[in-house]
Amino acid sequence: MSSVAQKKGFGAQVWDYLTTVDHKKIAILYLAAGTLFFAIAGLEALFMRFQLLFPENTFVSAGMFNQLLTMHGTTMLFLAATPLLFAFMNAIVPLQIGARDVAFPFLNALGFWLFFLGAVFLHLSFFLGGAPDAGWTSYASLSLYSPGHGIDFYVLGLQISGAGTLISGINFIVTIITMRAPGMTFMRMPLFTWTSLVSSTLILFAFPPLTVGLFLMLVDRMFGANFFEHTMGGNTIIWEHLFWIFGHPEVYILVLPAFGLFSEIIPVFARKRLFGYSSMVFATILIGFLGFMVWAHHMFTTGLGATANAIFAVATMTIAVPTGMKVFNWILTIWGGSIKVTVPMLYALGFIPSFVAGGVTGVMQAAAPLDYQLHDSYFIVAHFHYVIVGGIVTALFGAAHFYWPIMFNRALNEKLGVLTFWIFFIGFHLTFFLQHFLGLMGMPRRVFTYMPDQGWDLFNMISTIGAAMMGVGVILLVLNVLLSIKSEPLNRRDYWGDGRSLEWALETPLPFYNFKQTPLVRGYDPYWIEKQEGNKEGMVYAEPLGDIHMPNNSILPLIMSIGTFIAAFGALYSPWGKQALAGTAESVSPALSVGLIVVGLGITVGSMITRSLKDDLGYHVHVAEVEAIEKDLAQFRAAGKKGGNN
Amino acid sequence: MMKGLKKWRLFSLLAVMTVFLAACGEEHLSTLRPSGAVGKEQLNLLLLTTIIMTVVTIIVSVIYLLAFVKFRRSRVGENVIPKQVEGSHTLEVIWTVIPIILLIIISVPVLISTYKFADVAAMEEVDENGEKTALTVNVTAKLYWWEFEYPNQGIVTAQELVVPTDEKVYFNLIAADVKHSFWIPAVGGKMDTNVDNLNKFYLEFDKTSEGLKEGVFFGKCAELCGPSHALMDFKVKALDRPAFDAWVAAMKATEGQTASADSTDLGEATFANSCLGCHAISGVGVSGGMGPNLTTFGDRNRVAGFLEHTTEKTAAWINDPEYYKPGNLMTGKYNVSEEEAQAIAEYLMTLSVEK
Repeated sequence: MSSVAQKKGFGAQVWDYLTTVDHKKIAILYLAAGTLFFAIAGLEALFMRFQLLFPENTFVSAGMFNQLLTMHGTTMLFLAATPLLFAFMNAIVPLQIGARDVAFPFLNALGFWLFFLGAVFLHLSFFLGGAPDAGWTSYASLSLYSPGHGIDFYVLGLQISGAGTLISGINFIVTIITMRAPGMTFMRMPLFTWTSLVSSTLILFAFPPLTVGLFLMLVDRMFGANFFEHTMGGNTIIWEHLFWIFGHPEVYILVLPAFGLFSEIIPVFARKRLFGYSSMVFATILIGFLGFMVWAHHMFTTGLGATANAIFAVATMTIAVPTGMKVFNWILTIWGGSIKVTVPMLYALGFIPSFVAGGVTGVMQAAAPLDYQLHDSYFIVAHFHYVIVGGIVTALFGAAHFYWPIMFNRALNEKLGVLTFWIFFIGFHLTFFLQHFLGLMGMPRRVFTYMPDQGWDLFNMISTIGAAMMGVGVILLVLNVLLSIKSEPLNRRDYWGDGRSLEWALETPLPFYNFKQTPLVRGYDPYWIEKQEGNKEGMVYAEPLGDIHMPNNSILPLIMSIGTFIAAFGALYSPWGKQALAGTAESVSPALSVGLIVVGLGITVGSMITRSLKDDLGYHVHVAEVEAIEKDLAQFRAAGKKGGNN
Repeated sequence: MMKGLKKWRLFSLLAVMTVFLAACGEEHLSTLRPSGAVGKEQLNLLLLTTIIMTVVTIIVSVIYLLAFVKFRRSRVGENVIPKQVEGSHTLEVIWTVIPIILLIIISVPVLISTYKFADVAAMEEVDENGEKTALTVNVTAKLYWWEFEYPNQGIVTAQELVVPTDEKVYFNLIAADVKHSFWIPAVGGKMDTNVDNLNKFYLEFDKTSEGLKEGVFFGKCAELCGPSHALMDFKVKALDRPAFDAWVAAMKATEGQTASADSTDLGEATFANSCLGCHAISGVGVSGGMGPNLTTFGDRNRVAGFLEHTTEKTAAWINDPEYYKPGNLMTGKYNVSEEEAQAIAEYLMTLSVEK
């Protein structure tokens, strides 16, 4: 069985991806799905900006605008940024630690399919009577009030999707702790692996509160419970706490891996080891810890009282210290280095000032009495977009260029990449810089329209023009990706020439088992060490060539996820909800609703039982096969052109 | 020379920024041109943090640009292998300690203001006659309008808050349906109106609103509350104390004022038949009205909080409130012809306590 470039039929290819448990293929699935939702959410943002192009515009209606803003926020955070980061975690982390796969390949696939079907479920709302419209935070009083099924889609879709994220998070914790190659101690782990570990740990602690909150909302909305219904003794503030105990760490769940990606990119293009590695690790853990302690800074105006506000204000500001440490470490990595300005490095260089600008406004908002003015104004819109776009999106774009050679054995076009960067980067600052001032000039966020002569007209127009530029940038990036499909395969290791960590020691295209022999790690930046010692193999091995154990593919993860998807429709059309009883939302007969829930969950549980009872021990790739595959690969690499040996 | 040049640059940048900040936005709306002690203190915090944070950003950017310019591969040579520096404890200590010092500088005024703004003890103070000494306004936020009750004066109004200048005005805030947030940007920071509990805070107005371009301060709802969230504006009229007392007296004089169904005026008669069930036209009362109290309708700055204050707009609003404020609770509660709506609008314009 040759793993290389063997032409498969289209059906077989699709089946392969539906059943795959290979972390590299799951990474591609995450990348594709994440890009799709990134595009959808970006389009929603553009619609909103066009609505705000000038005062009293009537491009979209008020109700539609609220749907757009809710879906934009929800999709970008849960269904675009998270999966895109998972894509790079899946593609790179096992390679960086010298592993052949993640700890639980089956769960890895399950995590993806749950995320994907949850996301699809959420987006079906547009076609089934209206999307959620209470903001991505879905504050309880408004979300209970909201007619139709929008909020139900939000609750159920995120519940399914969140389960997938939680599963993947646990998988990465176990993978990183248990599957490191011999010699890869914790303090030799690359920073991206470190940040993935801390971020996965945050997922482990942050998603359960969300799950609980969503569940309470679910029974409130669908079965008439009163957890948040204040007229019946419920409390809406509890939702805010539950949401933000999840919601604040969520931004660190996203931004820490982004920091990790930059900590990989910068040393490579500065040809210098990461400055202050141990303080970077310490800062990562500290940021992760503090991220949990500050959720109430989203609630300064809720009326928690002076003492709570004071404590959370000071606690929030302290996050600036470890973050500042990181920024200086990156700069000092550049200092004294030999900097090559490639596209990934451009994104890293653009990231530093943008992120600092976003970070300092965070400190301003942490000042509680000042936040009374800034909260829920356009100032905060500017702030978090500076952090999220300036931090996470630039990391994702930079990482895409950086890791494309490893993931696809192709390179993205450099010139087009530079053009994309500048258009996107200028558009980004044009869009969001002026929004700080809009907020200070009294413009609340989440407004679908505004009256003229309040002094906001010009800045809003400029902001919209910037947003359009960002849109053009994204289109160029997608174009670049499409062009790369047609380009020549690279067939080499260390595409950038200055790779330092283990993933660069591997020759592309990678065999499905990654490492034919488990490597031995002799220090921080193992590939750099081997290169310096003139090792042509790129690594030394910890074991002789032997049989390789690999997991079997399985369709069960997809079937399990489809089960939850079906059950969600049963819950959605529950006839016992307040909205259904009031006649403002469609419902089905009790039998059908319960039937769907039972059948759906039955499929899921049935698959679990099948999985438990049927021993699936995987298979072994024997030494002879490994040698044959390596020979095939060598021939393919030598032949160069696409499909070389066929 | 070099040093002086840099200082000059920094100074001019800050000067430009201060001017820019100070001239930004409309006086009746912008947080950068506050007309009250709370807003001023918040602006001072904004300036303090902005200056510190701008300096930080500039310093970081300068080091960063310097590093970038000095160590480009094209400058240092293609094949140079830089020294693989591990780190520096001295440097790490420096960039840990300096931010901590900066944060302490920010924290002190932050903590002082946090406690100061939350101090509403004076709400309960009474004089020798047992009357409350401080002016309190009970604010109830509704879909999509605001009700203002003055419990000590026994009067109630809507959509347009009237307050005296140069004294602390205390607010009890609550929402009747979903959560909203009460914000008068030009006067001071916001506070949420929860559905579960009362929130309390105070603001000070040190300038009468009369001299403003619009004649009123603009108030906003800052928390997403449904389709017409963007349109849930209110206006604030700040009067000096004698004018305020006169306004209160005029409001009290409307006690028992009502519209007669037998009136020869078509507007008043229709109003009595179709509108009076929800809209009071006497300013004496308590909060909890089905619709906004219309006693001061003729004195207002806007119709429904945002439309031009004209008879035409009022009539148009009565004809189709859903068109102007989607999701409002007035739609479909009455049935009037266009002619009647016009008459009601004309009648409403006569409702005034200030003339």
